[in-house]
Amino acid sequence: MTDGLRFCTSTSCLSRGSSRLAQHCSEVARHHPSGLSVKGVGCLGPCSEGPLLAIDTGGVSRLIALKDSALEFFAADLEEHLGRQSLVDWHPSRSREIFPDEPFIALQRRLVLAHCGCIDPTSLDEAEEAGAYLQLQRVLEANDPLALIDQVKLSGLRGRGGAGYPTGLKWAAVASMTGDNKVVVCNADEGDPGAFMDRTVMEGDPHALLEGMVIAGFAVGADRGFIYVRGEYPLAIERLRQGIEQARQRGWIGNSVGSSEFSFDLQLRVGAGAYVCGEETALIHSIEGRRGVPRPRPPFPAEYGVHGLPTLINNVETFANIPPLLRLGLEAYGQGTKVFSLSGHLQRSGVVEVPMGTSLRTIVETMAGGPSNGHRIKAVQTGGPSGGFVPAQYLDTPVDYESLRDLGTIMGSGGMVVMDDSTNVVDVAAFFMAFCREESCGKCIPCRCGTVQLEMLLRKLLDGSGSSSDLKQLESLCHTVKASSLCGLGQSAPNPVLSSLRHYRSDYQALLHGEVCL
Amino acid sequence: MFAELNPVFIHFGCKAEALIEVLAAAQQSYGCLSPVLLRHIAHLLHLPLSHVQGVATFYHLFRLSPPPRHQCLVCTGTACHVQGGGLLLGDLQRLFKFPGCELGSVRCVGSCSGAPLVVVDGVIWTHQTTASVIAGFEQVMP
Repeated sequence: MTDGLRFCTSTSCLSRGSSRLAQHCSEVARHHPSGLSVKGVGCLGPCSEGPLLAIDTGGVSRLIALKDSALEFFAADLEEHLGRQSLVDWHPSRSREIFPDEPFIALQRRLVLAHCGCIDPTSLDEAEEAGAYLQLQRVLEANDPLALIDQVKLSGLRGRGGAGYPTGLKWAAVASMTGDNKVVVCNADEGDPGAFMDRTVMEGDPHALLEGMVIAGFAVGADRGFIYVRGEYPLAIERLRQGIEQARQRGWIGNSVGSSEFSFDLQLRVGAGAYVCGEETALIHSIEGRRGVPRPRPPFPAEYGVHGLPTLINNVETFANIPPLLRLGLEAYGQGTKVFSLSGHLQRSGVVEVPMGTSLRTIVETMAGGPSNGHRIKAVQTGGPSGGFVPAQYLDTPVDYESLRDLGTIMGSGGMVVMDDSTNVVDVAAFFMAFCREESCGKCIPCRCGTVQLEMLLRKLLDGSGSSSDLKQLESLCHTVKASSLCGLGQSAPNPVLSSLRHYRSDYQALLHGEVCL
Repeated sequence: MFAELNPVFIHFGCKAEALIEVLAAAQQSYGCLSPVLLRHIAHLLHLPLSHVQGVATFYHLFRLSPPPRHQCLVCTGTACHVQGGGLLLGDLQRLFKFPGCELGSVRCVGSCSGAPLVVVDGVIWTHQTTASVIAGFEQVMP
């Protein structure tokens, strides 16, 4: 059996020199045409250790973390070893092996990311060999959209983009609309800072997303689809373009999908930098080539979406859950999984997929190793600018939609930024408020003006010139903005402030200069 | 005029919904969205210039002025912020003085394990400090 090398080609490893690694690998492989197979793959997981390399020998895979300095010796080292024997016992110099029983790897359950890191994301053949489009084929053969929707309903799958709306109900709502023209939209505008799960899926296994979308299109009776991907992800855009083209040529997209009577056209729309476009009505306007400004709901997109047609909008990870759900069946699928991107003050950061309900402590301490020595976790920030902080004493909370909501934050799309005891949470709250102020589209007054005032109050407190009445005003204005903004951006903009006030009020009070605290 | 855009117009059939795609292609080909270019696009898509201008100014990635020779964007994502990205941007705003180079910020590029990072002409530099960015630019600049 030929030995194989897989190197990560995702954005993070690319920034750590994986293109040099790729070059070395291919050069050596050219000298050993029969002895070595080499390919680029999607994210291998622990990004902070990158560039990452997997060595496959006789059915065994080993994950190797190379450091920048290891690349210098890599080609000569590999060449020398190949001259002598197979790669079974090869340890590239200055590298470190990441063992499969390390918690970061062992505690994962990879459904959405099952093929990410294993297959070459630019090859449809490899994806099909790994099972891509099999579920679509089964669905088309069964030709029973209602049973399909029932299965999604029964699975309890909820939107992975943040709001957690039951996916089956959303599908049923769009399916129940009359008319032959309906639209399926994939929200790939992953705008939350610190979130890169969807990027991982799109870069590593684009066909998982495409298959899920076509299945959804069949279920709701849509004839066209759009993927709205953010402009900041050039590699994901390239992979999706290529994937769509390949799927079209193979007959999985376009007229008579998989030789059935179902037709589904799919197009890519690239965003141009506007966080508010993650909000569904703003996203619809942007797909139509307009300013990404939200509008009041109802009518909901299920009734009146892209070009006024009934529209189903789901997030990347939600669609990518559909093929594994159908493959495994309800029982084996169970509660499903959630993909998280871990970053911040951690010993090991990257992308993990864990069973729904895993505790925060397991994820950030056991798997990611907690903060570096001498520091303790102060907060885990989830949900980005719409979310909040989970303080250290609540780390045993299971990660699910309800538990996090009860703590005053949200599951969000899956960005998890860990902050150690050196972090000033008021400063982070001000950072998020500045983000929302800048990204506010300006349509409604509470969001447009409220975010400016809120940031000003936070800066005043941080300057040490705030008073207790400023603190009172801050809190009351938060509630006003939350209650009266038009869309999700404004309604959730105060969340980081409210959440930090709830858990770290003393940090705010410490900033009140020379005043008796409330 | 602006012949490089013709394939894009043909692909989308000159429909108004293609506006953002057309603007992106135009910027890619010509560097920025100049007033003449915006007028040309408005004309071919049968849209009022005000609408085209409105869309071009709404989205952060569109630029109306010619691009600089080199661009240094400091990531302002959460992970970068808590690991010194905010201070880095502040420092560079005082100290980064290279002719023809533009200093700016970028929203999270999703490569947070390299925080704090900067994006220089599209390439990500991980784990940066003020000194390392300036040293890096001294090499980039002739």
